[in-house]
Amino acid sequence: MDLHFGDSKPTDDERAAVDALLGPPESSWEGADRSDADLRWARGGRAARDRRDLLLPGLHALNDRIGWISEGALDYLCRRLTVPPAEAYGVATFYALFSVRPRPATVLHVCTDLACAAAGAGGLCAGIEGRLRPGSGVSVQRSPCLGLCERAPAALAVKAGDPVRTAVSAPATVEDAVLAASAPDSAPAEPPAAMAVPQAGDPSLTLLRRVGVVDPSSLDDYRVHGGYTALRRAFELGPAGVIREVTDSGLVGRGGAAFPTGRKWQATASQPDHPHYLVCNADESEPGTFKDRVLMEGDPYALVEAMTIAGYATGAHRGYLYLRGEYPRALRRLEHAIAQARARGFLGDDVLGQGYAFDIEIRRGAGAYICGEETALFNSIEGYRGEPRSKPPFPVEKGLFGKPTVENNVETLVNVLPILTMGAPAYAAVGTARSTGPKLYCVSGSVDRPGVYELPFGATLGELLRLAGVRDGLRAVLLGGAAGGFVRADEMDIPLTFEGTREAGTTLGSGVVLAFDGTVPLPRLLLRIAEFFRDESCGQCVPCRVGTVRQEEALHRIAERTGAAAADDIALLREVGRAMRDASICGLGQTAWNAVESAIDRLGAYA
Amino acid sequence: MTAIPLGVPRRLVEFTLDGREARVPEGSTILDACRAAGKDIPTLCEGDTLRPKNACRVCVVEVEGSRTLVPACSRTAEPGMEVRTGTERARHSRKVVLELLASSVDLSTTPRVAGWLKEYEAKPDRFGPEAARLNEEPRVDNELYVRDYDKCILCYKCVDACGDQWQNTFAISVAGRGFDARIAVEHDAPLTDSACVYCGNCIEVCPTGALSFKSEFDMRAAGTWDESAQTETTTVCAYCGVGCNLTLHVQDNEIVKVTSPYDNPVTHGNLCIKGRFGYQHVQNRD
Ligand code: SF4
Ligand code: SF4
Ligand code: SF4
Ligand code: FES
Ligand code: FES
Repeated sequence: MDLHFGDSKPTDDERAAVDALLGPPESSWEGADRSDADLRWARGGRAARDRRDLLLPGLHALNDRIGWISEGALDYLCRRLTVPPAEAYGVATFYALFSVRPRPATVLHVCTDLACAAAGAGGLCAGIEGRLRPGSGVSVQRSPCLGLCERAPAALAVKAGDPVRTAVSAPATVEDAVLAASAPDSAPAEPPAAMAVPQAGDPSLTLLRRVGVVDPSSLDDYRVHGGYTALRRAFELGPAGVIREVTDSGLVGRGGAAFPTGRKWQATASQPDHPHYLVCNADESEPGTFKDRVLMEGDPYALVEAMTIAGYATGAHRGYLYLRGEYPRALRRLEHAIAQARARGFLGDDVLGQGYAFDIEIRRGAGAYICGEETALFNSIEGYRGEPRSKPPFPVEKGLFGKPTVENNVETLVNVLPILTMGAPAYAAVGTARSTGPKLYCVSGSVDRPGVYELPFGATLGELLRLAGVRDGLRAVLLGGAAGGFVRADEMDIPLTFEGTREAGTTLGSGVVLAFDGTVPLPRLLLRIAEFFRDESCGQCVPCRVGTVRQEEALHRIAERTGAAAADDIALLREVGRAMRDASICGLGQTAWNAVESAIDRLGAYA
Repeated sequence: MTAIPLGVPRRLVEFTLDGREARVPEGSTILDACRAAGKDIPTLCEGDTLRPKNACRVCVVEVEGSRTLVPACSRTAEPGMEVRTGTERARHSRKVVLELLASSVDLSTTPRVAGWLKEYEAKPDRFGPEAARLNEEPRVDNELYVRDYDKCILCYKCVDACGDQWQNTFAISVAGRGFDARIAVEHDAPLTDSACVYCGNCIEVCPTGALSFKSEFDMRAAGTWDESAQTETTTVCAYCGVGCNLTLHVQDNEIVKVTSPYDNPVTHGNLCIKGRFGYQHVQNRD
């Protein structure tokens, strides 16, 4: 590789931001002043290339400290990591949270996504933009779902510096959001995670049982509340025993694809190639989803313990926690939890004295829904653009760094704790025969008590919505988020199981339940969904890259029309939607037409 | 067409292709099998010496048991697979993909695409006059080659050719995402400020003419480019001892561009700046 770097130099601040992550450069080959030794020594080869996976953390370091990534800064980072600048530029411009153009140190992300739109985000945005004009020192950006839907409308302020400061305003008013942006340090504290759990304290809860009860910063308190009994049981059972329990429990992945977890673990564990990796997908970016955030904020050690168990069972010694870039509080809580666990021997070279080495590294996403796709996530961690890879080969065979990898989302992993403490049969007795265990739902929109709910599989949609205090005049429910589908207000007896929703011609997806009453204009909602997919397409394949644009255009044309006038465009939408579903590389393009189609077919939108 | 490497004979894989038994060497793709059976599947992003990126999706076929369609160019044939290439479902996707492409970029210099548009009855106009297009101006920032991204289908072939698959210079990459994704050098600078060494290997692989010789670009602009009047002569590059094969494209007794045969086992179509662009001295007749 013959790398070429431009002449632009980093500022002292930029250099310091990179050096704080990578340590000072050793030679002029990676950006230090030239010494005599440099003339007789060249840095390169495999050792240098191995650091490519620090590209994303490096971009974060710059963006956090300066607020944007300049040419000189990018070049310096590339020199340090031996990454071609063109590729690093391609990576930096892939993520919404990064900017390669100068911008103010403070960015205020104002959510305009589904729940927030229903809660008046449009007016909020206009109000904020009226107050924070260009030149105010704050850049206001309209943002996809921030994962704070239970407190919609939401805004997140990020002020670059050392250290970076963040503040959340939700439910946001113009006043609060402007205050959060101008003085993030003095913004009022966020309500505790338990506020997002209306059932908090209910002794019948399994997954949410500790949220609001345990002190999320205390390992001891976690242990007092049953923490680390599952890991001890895992060591008693041995890896094969753990996999057997998980298989017998009937646990399937909660991220939307509903794949049997035990099968996945077994397939990874039995791969001859080494090392094996564990990846926890905490890039919860489906509009309307916030359950993983609440779990991580309210019970962070549970995730640390669950990852340790998953790593042990599948033969991995390193776990990557890929966390949404928009979750600053979850990041702080997990960083703390991991450091404490390490200090106390619950992570590290010899976990609990059992001779098993395991550690967890957090990687922050940077604003790209697509990185929730399992293979895009691998690319993102490795320092490439977050584009999905084509499958096969599947991750269990060739995943992160080309090695066998098991990837699970937060909710799936946290289920492993009760499986081991209750035993597989007791766990499998919860729920229905084919959808076992408890399930988390993110309920938002027109309900009195939005939040994360836990119910055994098999409860009906109506039961869940009654629990959340559904308001009068319900018009439709979006099940499974933007990639899911709408159901009508008269379909409340749909059982919330994988098979039940499938029979009803819809999907449970990631557990999103977004309720809309008649005051929310449906065409505008559909447009927002289309806009979301157009924005979040990685751009790799044609059906998705262009199809999402054509879908949005057609919806714009028919937004004000119905009946015969819309018929042509609806036919066009169907044709394009079918090709997107059939021919796109990944789930994003394949599902981008689901919600719109269901609105046309089930709700009679535009009829 | 790559030269067939001599080696241990590979095992044969048996599967069904449109209802008939097909046997291909292990590791072959469905597309290889289709071509061997004389079936014409459209392809755009596939490149014979580059790893398939399967981004364009015009080659999709139906595979029994697969929820979605499958790109023939990159899916390897597996024993017992049942593949159908001409189903209504596969043809529908190809048609829509062709429409999506033709409505967003200029395919006028993409070989064979006009025939496919006709064959699949693609109507790119039906997205209406307001349909978003790339609408990029050609970038003419050096004397050797022009980047006209209005014609770019984002097949990634140039990126792969400039990167680890051919040239190892890594001067270009995909930047941005979604419909705004573009091929760019770092900071979207002119080519002259980048790592580009003007080997022209990216031009060699570009399937649409988005990357072209300045000579071709100028002649097209002047209306004098006439492929039917060109002759091609393959010879050996005289600049150095490597001995790369050059194919000289000559029109009116002038060399108008230089390519290189892919089936040359030494270079597989790669050249350097001298072989690719250093032909002016040949036609200096003073
Ligand atoms: S379907 Fe969309 S997101 Fe997925 S690979 Fe294709 S362009 Fe990218
Ligand atoms: S001419 Fe060669 S070095 Fe320059 S961009 Fe093309 S492939 Fe890369
Ligand atoms: S410039 Fe040519 S080779 Fe490069 S991505 Fe575009 S169409 Fe493909
Ligand atoms: S935070 Fe706004 S929709 Fe989720
Ligand atoms: S040729 Fe197969 S996807 Fe492009």
